[in-house]
Amino acid sequence: MKGIFDFLKIGADKTEVLCKKCGKETSRAKLEENYMICPECGAYLRMGAYERLEMITDKDTFEESDKDLKGGDPINFPGYDKKLDEARKNSGLPEGVVCGTAEIGGIKCALFVMDSKFMMGSMGSAVGEKITRLFENATKQKLPVVGFTTSGGARMQEGIFSLMQMAKVSGAVKRHSDGGNLYITVLTDPTTGGVTASFAMQGDIIIAEPGALIGFAGARVIEQTTGEKLPAGFQRSEFLLEHGFVDIIEERRRLKYTIANILAIHKK
Amino acid sequence: MATSEKISAYERVQAARSSARPMGGHYIKHMIDNFIEFHGDRRFGDDAAIIGGIGFLNQKPVTVIAMERGNTIEERMKRKFGCPAPEGYRKALRLMKEAEKFKRPIICFIGSSGAYCGIDAEKRGQGEAIAENLFEMMGIKTPIISVIVGEGGSGGALALGICDTAIMLENSVYSVISPEGCASIIWKDSSKAPEAAEALKLTSHDLYDFGVIEKIIVESDRTTEEICSDLKSAIISEIFSKEKMSEEELLSARYEKFRKIGA
Ligand SMILES: [Zn+2]
Repeated sequence: MKGIFDFLKIGADKTEVLCKKCGKETSRAKLEENYMICPECGAYLRMGAYERLEMITDKDTFEESDKDLKGGDPINFPGYDKKLDEARKNSGLPEGVVCGTAEIGGIKCALFVMDSKFMMGSMGSAVGEKITRLFENATKQKLPVVGFTTSGGARMQEGIFSLMQMAKVSGAVKRHSDGGNLYITVLTDPTTGGVTASFAMQGDIIIAEPGALIGFAGARVIEQTTGEKLPAGFQRSEFLLEHGFVDIIEERRRLKYTIANILAIHKK
Repeated sequence: MATSEKISAYERVQAARSSARPMGGHYIKHMIDNFIEFHGDRRFGDDAAIIGGIGFLNQKPVTVIAMERGNTIEERMKRKFGCPAPEGYRKALRLMKEAEKFKRPIICFIGSSGAYCGIDAEKRGQGEAIAENLFEMMGIKTPIISVIVGEGGSGGALALGICDTAIMLENSVYSVISPEGCASIIWKDSSKAPEAAEALKLTSHDLYDFGVIEKIIVESDRTTEEICSDLKSAIISEIFSKEKMSEEELLSARYEKFRKIGA
């Protein structure tokens, strides 16, 4: 497993890690064994796309598609090319989403997994293009799609091209749905902005990890513009479940089982 | 106003936001005969930031969905300055489905800084409401013509922007984020909004060059009446050409229109 953890500071000896939530140290090995959940306080740490795939898919079944597809700089935004280089170097990923096919509980499906290490999982043209191709291929092959979302929202350095990816992906999701195919979304921390307002919320079945931040507008922006005090647990998975916007909140250690079960119930 | 070449991107943003600029309600009044407004999403409530209804466009029955921020202070409060809530988007979708059933073309007027930002809007699923519109509008079987008449702000604008033809008034803008928001996130300085406006390439001419919109209605040296009349002719001719297509051709062209962006 690769290990870059947004919420963690790697200790001096690189085997002990510090949980930002409870401030306690734990060993890397223990953390990995525990599905990247802090054994001390139960906090869910953000997972990289490949770690997630390893956790969810059957061993050696994942075949990656469009691995090297990279976005350009469509509006020549100042400093964007440099920012992309940095993001690639820091994340070890060419773009913010990993796509492909795999088996889960022996059932073949198409998967996309977003990765917050790459510019906070923001929605650029390459992200939109990879997910669109995934849905188009899944439609042709009549495969269910399982998608893990994590995103800070738009990739503003791509201007209108970023916004239009919401439309482009939605078109592909619609065609996949019209073909009678299943789409499961798993919302992970954080899923916000344009991703929430498009394919994250278009699943037939919407699962959320416990405690994940899920919303459209940023909480701070809401507080600043309305002057209202945000209620406890605002925009967390449990808040969305209460208001009717997710089907299930599922613990990370049970996610694979639950997804496999849903796929089995839909098997044609 | 200066000739179009000399207007900076930020001047266009300011023109698009100007409180004197006509919004959706104006175009309904001057373009649609026998207009009847319909209210409510049949789920939660009625959102005054979106006016929806039916009428005749040159003797042709149409459904019109329009963002409107109002003119007086009281009206602007009631209409939330034109920022739609989830029930506004759901009302819009309900009326679009009705249009589809009765085979009426749909005209959407867009002009808003964005979707309404608030605790209640999040509670009622602002993200889900927009997502549902994007998904469903890809499949509506009658022509959809979207016109950006003011500020086309992000996902809140796109929720009425899935269409067969996108038209922009010359001094309207269409952007993923406001120039102020962009400047404060990227340069930590919202006073750099004019530079951000330039960098975001959000003017009608930029978007036409990118192939994101199909038509620009010239504004410089034109009166409000002339602009309205040019826009009306453009909408009529677009509806005429789209109605010649079969449902299948229409939907597949709509898919391709967005599919090619950033491919
Ligand atoms: Zn902890």
